[in-house]
Amino acid sequence: MTLESYFDFFILPVLTISVILVFIRLYKGPTVVDRVVALDLIITIGIGIITVYSIRSNQKVFLDVAIILALIAFLGTIAFAYYIEQRKDD
Amino acid sequence: MINILLAIISTIGALSILFASIGILRMPDFYLRLSVTVKASTLGVGLLLICASIMFPDVSVTTKAIAIVFFLIITAPIGAHMIGRAAYFTGTPLWKGTIVDQLAGMYNKETHELESDPSQVPPSEELNEEENIARTEDETD
Repeated sequence: MTLESYFDFFILPVLTISVILVFIRLYKGPTVVDRVVALDLIITIGIGIITVYSIRSNQKVFLDVAIILALIAFLGTIAFAYYIEQRKDD
Repeated sequence: MINILLAIISTIGALSILFASIGILRMPDFYLRLSVTVKASTLGVGLLLICASIMFPDVSVTTKAIAIVFFLIITAPIGAHMIGRAAYFTGTPLWKGTIVDQLAGMYNKETHELESDPSQVPPSEELNEEENIARTEDETD
């Protein structure tokens, strides 16, 4: 079994199943902070998927997208936390 | 030989990401979900990026991978702390098996400041944190 087929048939399906499981929590999530954490985790797993895909397609420019996604995930979590904390009871 | 090393590193990374997602689905309340998610996902993505930096024989890829790992390791605890603090202020219920809540009564509800002495905190008319613990499974699931 070559490393390429190992990436295709083990690593990427495991990451895909992880995204599906986190998406169930994003759908169920009883409070809004659960949904924020689930969204953050989905973007973090997306960085991993982009990394594996850049290995498989031999395109190293995809890692730039991963940098931008990491930045957006952090800023999104900080903004959500700030506005949830400042929000008055409605 | 290097293929076996790459297979081992990527397997550990993918499995830790899978454990993080199982944890966020199965854990009983928000704070346990938060604590199980951040560390495992950071470890998993970091191992996959190390795998990529070994795979490409290029300095620029290694630099980018180190930059992403450094950024994730710095920012993930900050984001987790801020979202956990916001969740505590908005009254997210704790798990019913929670034994001790050391933050109970320590926060000033008006100014959102943390006091070290609970007697300094003015009593608020809002919910008491002792009653914040969920009584049934349904309140946290």
